Amino acid sequence: MTNDEIKGFIENAIKENRVMLFMKGTPQQPACGFSMRASGALNALGVKYAALDILPDPRIREELSGVSGWPTIPQLFVDGELVGGSDIVLEMFESGELAELLGVEQPDLGEEPAAEPEQPVQQRPIGLENRLN
Amino acid sequence: MPSADELRTRIEEALPGADVNVIDTTGGGDHFRAEIVSERFDGLTRIQQHKLIYDVFGDEVGGAIHALSIKTETPTRAGDGR
Repeated sequence: MTNDEIKGFIENAIKENRVMLFMKGTPQQPACGFSMRASGALNALGVKYAALDILPDPRIREELSGVSGWPTIPQLFVDGELVGGSDIVLEMFESGELAELLGVEQPDLGEEPAAEPEQPVQQRPIGLENRLN
Repeated sequence: MPSADELRTRIEEALPGADVNVIDTTGGGDHFRAEIVSERFDGLTRIQQHKLIYDVFGDEVGGAIHALSIKTETPTRAGDGR
């Protein structure tokens, strides 16, 4: 897979998935605390989202940062726009802005974000892992 | 290896007049938390505010600086006591 193909895949993933999270690991098995908190916030809101693990190939992260201009992982996109990394996602989750943006009810924040997604995560973008072999 | 003091100084140089607090969250010199209050953030989105800080360090974020957690505020909001 060429760098241009990876870039095209990333751009498509952002365009085709209303809520698109680029992370280290998967929502089921996050490989970094920051990615865990970002996916945890989405899980707690019960929204459907697509997630892509950037770890299988270092070029995914390079191309993603080139597309977004954002240096760190995770990165959350909603409606094709970069919302932010884990700090911004968490701030917006706690303030209720994220729920508003996603059009869902703000959950009771007395509870920790759920460990498991409440709705199935779309699997397809994770397939990038296999395409790179 | 960068230190919290070094990061604070560099942010202060990039954003003169900013109130900057940086802590080394693990003590290992590679995970940091930076809290910055600056007038420069006025009228900017959170994304733009955070990018101003990332831009101070360029490629070092993800390199020598493994993780940089950022909280930005404008003086007005910080003054709200929230």
